[in-house]
Amino acid sequence: MFIEIKNLDIFYGQKKAVKNINLKVKKGLVTAMIGPSGCGKSTLLRSLNRMNDFIPGARVEGEVNFLGKNIYGKNIDPVELRSKIGMVFQKPNPFPKSIYNNIIWGPKINGYEGDFDELVEEALKGAALWDEVKDRLHESAFALSGGQQQRLCIARAVAMKPEVILMDEPCSALDPKSTLRVEKLINDLKGKFSVIIVTHNMQQAARVSDETCFMYEGELIEHDKTETIFTKPAHKKTEDYITGRFG
Amino acid sequence: MSSHLDREIDSLKEKLLSLSQLVEENLSMAVKSIKNRDLELSKKVRATDSDIDKREVEVEEECLKLLALYQPVAIDLRFVIAALKINNDLERIGDLSVSIAKRVRFLTEFPTADFPYDYEELAKEAKSMVKKSIQSLVAMDSQLARQICIDDDKVDMLNKKSIELVYNKISEKPENTQAYIHFLSISKNLERIADYATNIAEDVIYLVDGDIVRHEGAEL
Repeated sequence: MFIEIKNLDIFYGQKKAVKNINLKVKKGLVTAMIGPSGCGKSTLLRSLNRMNDFIPGARVEGEVNFLGKNIYGKNIDPVELRSKIGMVFQKPNPFPKSIYNNIIWGPKINGYEGDFDELVEEALKGAALWDEVKDRLHESAFALSGGQQQRLCIARAVAMKPEVILMDEPCSALDPKSTLRVEKLINDLKGKFSVIIVTHNMQQAARVSDETCFMYEGELIEHDKTETIFTKPAHKKTEDYITGRFG
Repeated sequence: MSSHLDREIDSLKEKLLSLSQLVEENLSMAVKSIKNRDLELSKKVRATDSDIDKREVEVEEECLKLLALYQPVAIDLRFVIAALKINNDLERIGDLSVSIAKRVRFLTEFPTADFPYDYEELAKEAKSMVKKSIQSLVAMDSQLARQICIDDDKVDMLNKKSIELVYNKISEKPENTQAYIHFLSISKNLERIADYATNIAEDVIYLVDGDIVRHEGAEL
């Protein structure tokens, strides 16, 4: 199995934020995580590339197996792990550098020895941004619109040639047009990468994902094909949440 | 957002049930108009059908509005989809009731010709299926809906028997052939009405259980 989470608990101090999660994530698919605020979906997402390591008091019990290895096991280098499992955040966070340097930054510090120009073009094309920025690659990334900045962040993740891209509400700060472009991009990335996306926008989860996980109060209530979750969910809580009757 | 959607769904439900009631009453009138060769009643059936057609369009517009404005999911989505299909089936039952009622005018020209089959039994079964299909919708009762799908076999059998009896009668009394063709049409229309009641029941099963049971036949 590509990613297999076994009996995973995540604590913030004494508080158990994620409770006994067992989940298998398939390769090449888009998996959405939905649930009310505070249900633990972002915590779970961050645990998949050990971003929780940066949070004081955060503690993980259980296993997150990626390609058969527990990422919380010994001899796992979190920096190397994050090159395989990249992340895109809620708010676009380009580096205060040129578009070009944003893309090559990660590969450069990881010792990339190939052609940087090719890498930049490939990554920007992969993020559907090339045509818009090819003539101003050396301008500041901050000159881009919010939607373009977010696609630049996705291009930056793509440039590392990861296996998985984690997205934490990637469109929440974008207007509807930019949101649609990012959603189209997610669809284009499918197959080449596995995408796990946390979103509050249920229509977005329905549009972009192949499988959906519904979380509530730290527990994984239901995981199924997206079309099943949105037409015939097995659990009452899932139905009540997606139909807007609570949460 | 949910309270708006709930209100819209309640309003759609009310409109659909009111249409169901009208269709059921019109079918009863159509059946009665044939039994009593009542021309006035048959005209009333045709007049009521215009109202049914108007309401069918209203229900469809409600469904489209709900889909466009609220993008319902899960049980709400299944309800809107089932409502769209049931709405269509009810309108077709309305048309078939008119088709039955229209025969009164022709049958009055053949006062001596009588049904060669048990019209009342066939009509009773078809009406009962329509009534029960609506009850299953009101009560969201998929068990009752599954029973209706099984009941359809009985109406099919009665219709098949009617066809045989009509053929026999045509051989016996060829001078009444025209009347017997009308009796045959009435039997066929009642059988089709039972089919639409079955469709409604299948849509109720989808609405309640999320299972698409069309074409499953005996596996129900």
